[in-house]
Amino acid sequence: MMLTELTIAAAQAGLKRRDFSAVELVGAHVAAIERLNGRLNAFITVTADEAMDAARRADAVLAKGEAAPLTGIPLGIKDLFCTDGVRTTAASRMLEDFVPPYESTVTANLLRDGAVFAGKTNLDEFAMGSANINSAFGAVENPWKRDGDADTVLVPGGSSGGSAAAVAASLVMGATGTDTGGSIRQPASYCGIAGIKPTYGRCSRWGTIAFASSLDQAGPMARTVEDCAILLQSMAGFDPRDSTSVDCPVPDYRAACGRDLKGMKVGIPAEYRVAGMPADIEATWDKGIAWLRDAGCEIVEVSLPYTKYGLATYYIVAPAECSSNLARYDGVRFGRRVPAPSLDEQYEATRRAGFGAEVRRRILMGTYVLSAGYYDAYYLRAQKVRNLIRRDFERAFQQVDVLLTPTAPSPAFAQGEKMDDPVQMYLNDVFTVPASMAGVPAMSVPAGLSANGLPLGLQIIGRSFDEESVLAAASAIERAASFTHRPAIRAEVV
Amino acid sequence: MSYVIEGRTGPWELVVGLEVHAQVISQSKLFSGASASYGGEPNTHVSLVDAGFPGMLPVINRECVAQAIRTGLGLEARINLESRFDRKNYFYADLPTGYQISQFTHPIVGEGAVEIELADGSIRTIGITRLHLEQDAGKSMHDQDPTRSFIDLNRAGVALMEIVSEPDIRTPEEAGAYLRKLRMILRYLGTCDGNMEEGSMRADVNVSVRKAGEPFRTRCEIKNVNSIRYVMQAIEIEAARQVEIWESGGSVDQETRLFDPARGETRSLRSKEDAHDYRYFPDPDLLPLVVEEAWVESLASFLPELPDAKRQRFQTEYGIPRYDAGVLVAEQATADFYETVARGRDPRLAANWVIGDFFAALNRTGRTIQDSPITADGLGGMLDLITDGTINGKIAKEVFEDMLETGESAAAVVERRGLRQVTDTGAIDAAVQSVLAANQDKLAEYRAGKDKLFGFFVGQVMKAMAGKGNPALVNEALKKVL
Amino acid sequence: MSLDPATVRRIARLARIGIDESDLQALQGELNGILGWIEQLNEVDIDGVEPMVGTGHAALRMRDDMVTDGDARDAVLSNAPDAAGPFYTVPKVVE
Ligand SMILES: [Mg+2]
Ligand SMILES: [Zn+2]
Repeated sequence: MMLTELTIAAAQAGLKRRDFSAVELVGAHVAAIERLNGRLNAFITVTADEAMDAARRADAVLAKGEAAPLTGIPLGIKDLFCTDGVRTTAASRMLEDFVPPYESTVTANLLRDGAVFAGKTNLDEFAMGSANINSAFGAVENPWKRDGDADTVLVPGGSSGGSAAAVAASLVMGATGTDTGGSIRQPASYCGIAGIKPTYGRCSRWGTIAFASSLDQAGPMARTVEDCAILLQSMAGFDPRDSTSVDCPVPDYRAACGRDLKGMKVGIPAEYRVAGMPADIEATWDKGIAWLRDAGCEIVEVSLPYTKYGLATYYIVAPAECSSNLARYDGVRFGRRVPAPSLDEQYEATRRAGFGAEVRRRILMGTYVLSAGYYDAYYLRAQKVRNLIRRDFERAFQQVDVLLTPTAPSPAFAQGEKMDDPVQMYLNDVFTVPASMAGVPAMSVPAGLSANGLPLGLQIIGRSFDEESVLAAASAIERAASFTHRPAIRAEVV
Repeated sequence: MSYVIEGRTGPWELVVGLEVHAQVISQSKLFSGASASYGGEPNTHVSLVDAGFPGMLPVINRECVAQAIRTGLGLEARINLESRFDRKNYFYADLPTGYQISQFTHPIVGEGAVEIELADGSIRTIGITRLHLEQDAGKSMHDQDPTRSFIDLNRAGVALMEIVSEPDIRTPEEAGAYLRKLRMILRYLGTCDGNMEEGSMRADVNVSVRKAGEPFRTRCEIKNVNSIRYVMQAIEIEAARQVEIWESGGSVDQETRLFDPARGETRSLRSKEDAHDYRYFPDPDLLPLVVEEAWVESLASFLPELPDAKRQRFQTEYGIPRYDAGVLVAEQATADFYETVARGRDPRLAANWVIGDFFAALNRTGRTIQDSPITADGLGGMLDLITDGTINGKIAKEVFEDMLETGESAAAVVERRGLRQVTDTGAIDAAVQSVLAANQDKLAEYRAGKDKLFGFFVGQVMKAMAGKGNPALVNEALKKVL
Repeated sequence: MSLDPATVRRIARLARIGIDESDLQALQGELNGILGWIEQLNEVDIDGVEPMVGTGHAALRMRDDMVTDGDARDAVLSNAPDAAGPFYTVPKVVE
């Protein structure tokens, strides 16, 4: 077996047994990145030398028998997490040359546990997008191909598309993502990997570049549910530097993956059965229901009546927050500056040149919905509807332990599709946004293939701070699905 | 007390409300761990949070919240157990994040009141609308470079309390009295040092004019006035400007203006004129601020006695006049000084000395109570010598001056200079005899009925005794022979 | 509600994003498309519903008043596009 095909769980054991060294493990991944990144464009910045140095240090630690949970494990870091001394761009021209003098809490936690960073992964600019086509550093290619069509370039989903593609193609063993309205789950689904957005407040937002503060949440992406659990164990935890971080103990996530599901109640929300859903997605969902029933779960029909307003609510709340969060990019203290004779002209020139079209559009949208005379009609109304959406979930979780839905309404689409109308693009997040609005944990797990051979994910949504049930249900689906399909482009294929 | 602006069309009434920005006394900033202290090399009291770096987040300082609550209690205001932080969005060179974190819809402190006393002795109550916590901005410097302004963020993020008054103020004098009273309360509470020169207290002045009985007319806001005198001047000048506009058939535009004391005018801040649309919304990086009732109660229980209560107590406990009590409580340090002097002594005598000779001496020598060579105990010791008859009032003045210069105790000065009062009746009688002998003519006039000359003889005797005669005994001896 | 060109210009000005006249029409179309789509929220009965504040039910945590940060001018200025000595700079602001 090639080193790049290992799971994190298997690699941990192999490193400990000294079956292979960290230098070999990291080296294999670095070589894969060097070979494939030119095509996939999954990384904006590759830190190969630093990674190999870290691998050598990891071997020294392993030799002393002092391995931490992630010692020697090569990861990709979404280029939205600030990394001390390593350029952090948010895939924006605005931050092309930005080198943070600080390390985000999430990445610091991973480093504390021995992880090796292979580089910074591509994303939609400031995490705004669902196809990874909004990157100042170019689009990311999904390593999967439609059956019998090796030429069409598919999108990896977004915004954590670089992370998803890198993990799917085995350029790294796992990666960090961030999820504001589905940015971990939807690309995981498109790339045939697992990804979990934990409960809002579970992972610190400190040092992660903000898109929409009340929604942003970091989470892991990996090829197995257990690997996600291992990474989340390190990433999660209370951080006094984030006022929205919740001080509550982090349970043993890896153990949760093996939990017996007997007696678990699984809700199937009627409203997710939308008109025009592709038959293969419907079929995959039905298979998921059957697998969980076979695992001993009780299947319950539930209703989330306000779900259908999730997306429209999201496209008010998220732009509003982003219009304010991105005001700091003004060309004064860091980032791009386009000089102009007056301060206002400089602001306007800098922000026009520094932000891409989608970011500018969302800032304008957010500015509008907060502006005098429109605040009540848009922002305030949206925050009220958001409360109704949250109550939907609270009510559902009085009846059931988790909810099961498809992750996305379609498999990965081709670059160039859905791109002329922003609303069409926004609809990709229709199933992932409601959980974001409510702040509850949700995970995508690969469950099958579409009619044309592309991966399809199922989404498990849980109660606040009950990632364990989510991981347990996802693991059961993973076992039942025995999803062993691999993308066309991957490290093992020379 | 009425203040009327006489226009061509008749009298106009003045309507003023004040928004005071008071810098909170704390070690660190409102939402970051950087130092809140004044001064410091440029951009050294700055954290990455203050500079608005990507991914930086605010965490609130408990002491700043406590200071706001203390101030609210001192203003007899309602404390809101739940309040919120909102973002006020606008672009400016010294505003690093592009928004100021403030409290727009749910301030931490609600309605309160401040009582002011005017020169004619009348008392008015000025309503407080609210007090909220917010961040200060940084500082722009415009004169270091021909084409650029320089930005120092040391002050960015320091906690401010914005204290908003009702439009209850009707004269420039009331505005001055209100600001002085507010500053006094803040200083007593230890929540703001009230230092207007360093900018730790600034006022936005909302001014309008109207005919008696009318509803309010359009107001203008004069921004960031940094002395009480300027506030009073700005009000007068702005009100005159508005009267002139109304009377010449125009109408006042609601706008932000700047007071230029050098030119004695207010002028429009055109740079900020366009589109005031702050797009307030709740800051999603912060949760609602919830304070426990018990905490508020505990803060209340440690509150110092405030000026009004103290003046009341001084009047009743020490039996001194309202005016004197008012002077003594103007500063916490003065009041403490007085109480130390007065304790166990004649409180009126103490008040006269503190307000009279002591304050005059501080003024004259440019000293403060803290670095005065005469301590409260020292002054008290001197009063003891007066009371027990060791020195008389006149010699006391001499002793006081000596103490001021040498820092010695009153007893030491009296000893060194032999200023002990003479109570030996033999010595006094001898002095009386020699004065009478030397002034036979005056004695004759006195005996012929010119009673007023009694004072003359007292003076002569005291003079002969180098001021050290016991005045009562001298009087008695003179009465006997005359 | 639908945006006219003047409103698009006004919000671009508020957001300090320069827009060319040539962008205006396309931008207006896109924004109106999104606005038209989010109008669906108007059918929701929100009478008596409180707006969501934060995502949790927790209250704000407070930190102790200690100086724990700052005194890092080099770090603070390290990314400045045009620092002058210890200062950030902007084009001269005239008041
Ligand atoms: Mg104001
Ligand atoms: Zn203010």
